[in-house]
Amino acid sequence: MSAVIEGHHDDHHHHGPAKGISRWLFTTNHKDIGSLYLWFSFIMLFIGGAMAMVIRAELFEPGSQIVSPEFYNQMVTNHGLIMVFGVIMPAFVGFANWLVPMQIGAPDMALPRLNNLSFWILPAAFGVLIATFFMEGGAPNFGWTFYAPLSTEYAPPTVTYFIFAVHIMGASSIMGSINVITTILNMRAPGMTLMKMPLFVWTWLITAYLLIAVMPVLAGAVTMMLMDIHFGTSFFKAGGGGDPVLFQHVFWFFGHPEVYIMILPAFGIVSHIIETFSRKPIFGYESMVYAIASIALLSFVVWAHHMFTVGMPIAGELFFMYSTMLIAIPTGVKVFNWLSTMFKGSLTFETPMLFAIAFVALFTIGGLSGIMLAIAPADFQYHDTYFVVAHFHYVLVPGALFSIIAGVYYWLPKWTGYMYDEFMGKTHFWLSFVSVNLTFFPMHFVGLAGMPRRIPDYAMQFADYNMIVSVGAFLFGLSQLLFLYVVLKAIFYGKKATGQVWEGAKGLEWTLDSPPAYHTFETPPNLESGEAKA
Amino acid sequence: MSSESSYYVPDSSKLPIFMAFGLLLFVLGAGGTINDLGKESSNSYLLLMASFAVIWGVMFVWFSNVISENNQKLYSDQLNRSFVHGMAWFIFSEVMFFFAFFLALGYVRLFAVPWLGGDGEKGITNILWPAFESTWPVMETPDNENFPGAYKNMNIPGITKLHTWLPFWNTLCLVTSSGTIALAESALKKGNRTSFKSWMVVTISLGFIFVFLQGLEYYEAYAHMGLTLGAGIYGTTFFLLTGFHGFHVCLGAIILTIMTIRGFNGAFSEHDHFGLAAGSWYWHFVDVVWILLVLVVYVF
Repeated sequence: MSAVIEGHHDDHHHHGPAKGISRWLFTTNHKDIGSLYLWFSFIMLFIGGAMAMVIRAELFEPGSQIVSPEFYNQMVTNHGLIMVFGVIMPAFVGFANWLVPMQIGAPDMALPRLNNLSFWILPAAFGVLIATFFMEGGAPNFGWTFYAPLSTEYAPPTVTYFIFAVHIMGASSIMGSINVITTILNMRAPGMTLMKMPLFVWTWLITAYLLIAVMPVLAGAVTMMLMDIHFGTSFFKAGGGGDPVLFQHVFWFFGHPEVYIMILPAFGIVSHIIETFSRKPIFGYESMVYAIASIALLSFVVWAHHMFTVGMPIAGELFFMYSTMLIAIPTGVKVFNWLSTMFKGSLTFETPMLFAIAFVALFTIGGLSGIMLAIAPADFQYHDTYFVVAHFHYVLVPGALFSIIAGVYYWLPKWTGYMYDEFMGKTHFWLSFVSVNLTFFPMHFVGLAGMPRRIPDYAMQFADYNMIVSVGAFLFGLSQLLFLYVVLKAIFYGKKATGQVWEGAKGLEWTLDSPPAYHTFETPPNLESGEAKA
Repeated sequence: MSSESSYYVPDSSKLPIFMAFGLLLFVLGAGGTINDLGKESSNSYLLLMASFAVIWGVMFVWFSNVISENNQKLYSDQLNRSFVHGMAWFIFSEVMFFFAFFLALGYVRLFAVPWLGGDGEKGITNILWPAFESTWPVMETPDNENFPGAYKNMNIPGITKLHTWLPFWNTLCLVTSSGTIALAESALKKGNRTSFKSWMVVTISLGFIFVFLQGLEYYEAYAHMGLTLGAGIYGTTFFLLTGFHGFHVCLGAIILTIMTIRGFNGAFSEHDHFGLAAGSWYWHFVDVVWILLVLVVYVF
């Protein structure tokens, strides 16, 4: 097929990458865009991580140490915003870009130019967010949940830039999700029915649905903030008949599905890794799919468990308590399925598998502390303490982040064509595993003992544990520099990888070369004869 | 070559990154302009204007490219289905955007205002403003000095005076226009281009009449009813819900105007008119939102 679109093309459009920087700026290739997302996320990991290091340095000892309380608040806020919107989410979108077309046998994403736009909005949004540090009044300082009236009446003037940055960030997520969902629903190779799709594709189908459903609600929340700050409305002002608590309801209606947006793709990645290194198909594929779907649906009716202490009617407290606990059931199904997949498998423990097993164990710890927090009367004690910090860092760091690291080790040979250094990878794993627990486990204890979160100073009795936490955090931060080294070493000095890479790996992406050709599956693979389900 | 040909993957394109640049300018321009409201000298609005120029310019080129690619028969049936999916999910995201504002209105009416009036077991807030009585619409706010409530509201004046009530005419316009665009589409599918063009003109005229009437209503609210953005929670929810809806009607009317101009220039065929179809779905969507909005903002 020949095509002459903008005049300067030659007579066929399926050729290799463009030369130089324009390849990355103007690309419509899902593999290039996937790499852009992943590198962006990696860079933001170090920026957000540096902010975490500032926080831990300040908390190393009681008393005011290094930064002013105002700057500490800015660090806490931007650490959260960057890690959630700039690291975890873009990393998963990067995986989706690389893997969804290859796993379903599609030539590219459904809407390739929109795909490029979704990516390039992110540097713009985060550039503005980071630039607010150098503006009058300093960066946003009201926490990543930006509760009104902290984010309205008492906010620095930069909040306006923050609001618009969130708007375009949301637009990026919505466009990216429309692309993913359209790709999955419309571009599967003939014969790949929905119930034959690899689990990673399933998790992203549902994640994309959640994103399209809740990112507009976030846009609504920041719009209400903007109107309250600059145009005299009273959404969050009781004097006018509004309610600051309304902000929390709107925010968490977005925020709770957002939590699952950050963990469902992790479930997909870990499922693939565990079945590969157990050399067994995943146990209970159908129940995995139904579990993901039930988690997603339940996520819309649990939001107020983030605000038990705000003053809700008792019926509300009970409803949100029980609905939250229901989520433990599908999540438990997934954990048991991973364990059953490993049971009597021919297990080997390469780096991706180590991270995946650590994910299962440590994510479960985060899940169990989540059940503790779901108990409304108990939450009155835990609320806004370091116990909550411990809980969500357990699901986000050894949960979501470990799954991303595991996924990078697992697919890096496929993406680049080169193996990473297994010894260095394992070193990275053990350093991360020890330091992540050193960082976050003691937070449970100080939290139960009453140490409040988001405060730059604390009482003397918390000093010992905080010192341990800070040492763990510095070690964890340094370990991720090792990760960067391992990745770069693989790309520049790695051994050549085979197409199959892993003995037990199943699925369409492993039928391709390592690295795959610039354009793959230009004609859809025939699945009737071959292996369709990963 | 439609259904058998392979999926068209466009070559690298400069458009997306220019669009991202336009959005960057928009964030800086809008943020600066709003922060400088009321200040003597500010140049941020220039940045905002520039961002609109970039965004609209890129959209123009982008859509032109898509149209010319379609005219070169590069798009397979499968790719056209991608557009259908994309538009459907985009409308779903818009539904959820309105959902946030309906959620806010519902929360305010069911919980926040009654609690402020001392209702329920959490009626402690009544201590702050003991004189406040919970009514809807909130004509007298708890803190009436800072948020002077309106002295007239927009509620339906009763069935006999329906003809004096602007939202009635607005509803008539929008519901009728949903019908006329359906007539336009079916005329196009039958190949009757004259009828198609006429119904399109009727549709966009009704759309612009709606926008005009809505503007009249806002003028009335500000000039004669004391109903402003700062008039407390009733004005807040009234203007934000009707305002965002009106903004979407404007967008829809612009889309349909462009489609009509293209129709007059001979675009669209009986089987290939996705741009028009998508615009028409969008139009039905703003119509449905309006009906919900009339019920919860004006009637009940």
